[in-house]
Amino acid sequence: MKNVLICCGLAFLFACGDDNTNTPQPADTFNRRDLLTNWADHLVIPGYTDLASELTLLKTATQAFTDAPAVGTLNGLRQQWEVAYLSWQSVALIDIGKAEELTLRNFLNIYPTDAAGIAANAESGVYNLALPSEFSRQGFPALDYLLFGLRETDADLLSLYLDPSLGASYRAYLLAVTSRMEELVTTVRNDWSTGYRETFISNDASSATASVDKVVNDYIFYYERFLRAGKVGIPAGVFSGSPLPGNVEAYYRGNLSKDLLLAALAATQDFFNGQHRGSNTRGTGLADYLDERQVQKNGLPLSTVINDQFNAARAQIMTLQDDFVDQIAADNNALLTAFDLLQVNVVYLKVDMLQALNINVDFVDADGD
Amino acid sequence: MAIRSLTDYFSRTTSAAPLAVFRLCFGLLMGISLLRFAALGWIEKLYLEPTFHFTYYGFSWVKPLGAFTYVLFAIALLAAVLVALGYQYRLAIVVFFATFTYFELLDKTTYLNHYYFVSILSFLLLFLPAQAYFSFDARRRPARAAAQVPVWTIDAIKLLLSIVYIYAGLAKLNPDWLLRAQPLSIWLPARDYLPLIGPLLREQWVAYAFSWGGALYDLAIPFLLWNARTRNFAFVLVVGFHVLTRILFPIGMFPYLMIVSALIFFPASFHEQVLTRLRNWGRRMGLFFGYEQADSLQLTKQDTVVVPTSSSSFSNGQTRVTLVVLGFFFAIQILLPLRFALYPGKLFWTEQGYRFSWRVMLMEKAGYANFKIVDRASGRRFYVNNAEFINPFQEKQMATQPDFILEYAHYLAAVYRARGIADPAVYVESYVALNGQSSRPFIDPTVDLTQVQPSFLPATWILPYHAEQ
Repeated sequence: MKNVLICCGLAFLFACGDDNTNTPQPADTFNRRDLLTNWADHLVIPGYTDLASELTLLKTATQAFTDAPAVGTLNGLRQQWEVAYLSWQSVALIDIGKAEELTLRNFLNIYPTDAAGIAANAESGVYNLALPSEFSRQGFPALDYLLFGLRETDADLLSLYLDPSLGASYRAYLLAVTSRMEELVTTVRNDWSTGYRETFISNDASSATASVDKVVNDYIFYYERFLRAGKVGIPAGVFSGSPLPGNVEAYYRGNLSKDLLLAALAATQDFFNGQHRGSNTRGTGLADYLDERQVQKNGLPLSTVINDQFNAARAQIMTLQDDFVDQIAADNNALLTAFDLLQVNVVYLKVDMLQALNINVDFVDADGD
Repeated sequence: MAIRSLTDYFSRTTSAAPLAVFRLCFGLLMGISLLRFAALGWIEKLYLEPTFHFTYYGFSWVKPLGAFTYVLFAIALLAAVLVALGYQYRLAIVVFFATFTYFELLDKTTYLNHYYFVSILSFLLLFLPAQAYFSFDARRRPARAAAQVPVWTIDAIKLLLSIVYIYAGLAKLNPDWLLRAQPLSIWLPARDYLPLIGPLLREQWVAYAFSWGGALYDLAIPFLLWNARTRNFAFVLVVGFHVLTRILFPIGMFPYLMIVSALIFFPASFHEQVLTRLRNWGRRMGLFFGYEQADSLQLTKQDTVVVPTSSSSFSNGQTRVTLVVLGFFFAIQILLPLRFALYPGKLFWTEQGYRFSWRVMLMEKAGYANFKIVDRASGRRFYVNNAEFINPFQEKQMATQPDFILEYAHYLAAVYRARGIADPAVYVESYVALNGQSSRPFIDPTVDLTQVQPSFLPATWILPYHAEQ
């Protein structure tokens, strides 16, 4: 009797123990901490650092333009916008920590942008960019409209910014948008250097809330929803039955959608391989995790199959026109082919990889049995 | 002769203590389990947030009740507490069974074998005189109290537990589990961050040891528990096994339920001691538990007092009806897990006849389902964004289970009809990876799923499973 009760008691004590206890792993075998450290130190933090400084430059360029609207300052601002937009693509797939808390992606890159809403905001001068209702009236797409779409010609655009009645409102709105972008990204960047990096790396267990599981879920979600669907599928009409050229990224600027897609694709592939930002060094990535588990598909390592698929998609995208609006008009099937090639990797990543790595679905730590 | 011994068996009685302890533990555990469920925010996330729910065949009429769902949850919780106390037991267990089962029927996305186990166990408890002893009911109505209950009422619980274990064990006797140590070879290394045992979990032999050990455990444990000589050892195994599963896998309250349930195999004397301690503790704490009445029915060590079954709140007529109902109940429990044999194809792939069969932890399945809507009138075609209709958890479950895919396809057809496509066809391109094998096509992409009606017939629209090249 006594023994049985003691047994029960011990059972509950043990079973209630913390599942998130961390123990250092031997250095010679693969472990999640290496993966997280590599992502943090060589992809995420450098990525945010670069983006933050590009946005600081963007703010400076905006200041220069609003101080003295002219062809020169306008072109400077436009160029810096382009550089910053491309830089954004390499961290757009990260949605953890401060970025998740702030919903950074929603504030930086929701398109198609709300042109009428932007005009209304700017002209009334009454807006609160922190509200979810304002997602599509700020960020890179809003600047796309403000710098390229607001008027037909550059001359008209400049005269609007110089207009005695409306000019000040639009200049103020430009500044408000760029300041907010810089502020948000700087906040995220600083959070990583003031403790979040350690939190991120030490959460190396395996559960729906652990870093690896969460990051990988977000990564696949990004790839499927924002890259595959947002940049290619939706404009090509995959989800509507007819093409929606108005949904192309950087619609007003034009000729940039291909570069933005290629930058985003490179970022997702680098993330998979643990490729360091801005260098040829390769650290630990998901590919190594798969290789360590010796995951095969059709007789090849799954990591190779996935990389081949990334490369195949890239090759097809390279054949497209710079502006997907033009591509849709000329030959939408080529864009649909690119979508199909991107789609294949959704299956490899979401089905083959997730199963092999036993990654939990990022929703609830629901019970299993 | 056989009939004679059968009537003999059904009129034999024993101490009511094991049943009382079981009732107490079950009620408490269910209370904790419901509280935990609510505290984790799952009522909201699993039942109220989704706009669409995957329902069981024939139960699509079971719907969440908005904010009233919380009230219903509170009622279930109250019922669980009353079951533990043995206060208005019959009503309480009926309410608990009904509310708990209602929650399970809301969405099969959340199907778990142990939820099903709770449902059928509470159904069984409807028919057992678990309130006869050590309960508020016994105190309120001494005439209905009894220190003795029919032996079969306790054996019924043991039988149900044995069915669960044995079928769980039989289900493990498959090539994936025994010869490839799947899915444990996938699951265990993912837990390598655990202290002490972590590094071991990377070892392939450990996955094999766990697989074979688990199968052996499930098959042997009912016999070891039933046999007095091996019972203590068996209980140590029960505790060890379930604690280990609790540490390794996210399986919620199930381990506790199984550990506590196994106590039913211990003799009456053990349960009497438990109750005596509870009583003494109650007195020391100055609590008036109200079990004094039951004390007067305390048995002698020899169990010589024979209380007629009628005093355990069953008249003979009722007993006969009860036995017939429970006879059907157990026949269903024994037959249901065997229905898979009626279906062609690979069970793990089609999952026809998979649920309600104690197939626990047998599969790691991941899937992806891309639905295509075709407007038959215009020929216009497009893909569906699943996130528009279901949450990621539902999507994960849907992508690997054909009956979910079919139900969802019909739902999509209804949605797009409402959106103005008079005659939509729904196709799915789907891929599933099973137990460490690479992904392969799952549902026939050329079949318009709106033309397929849900049924229990073999599903010809599931592509056959091909072995690895």
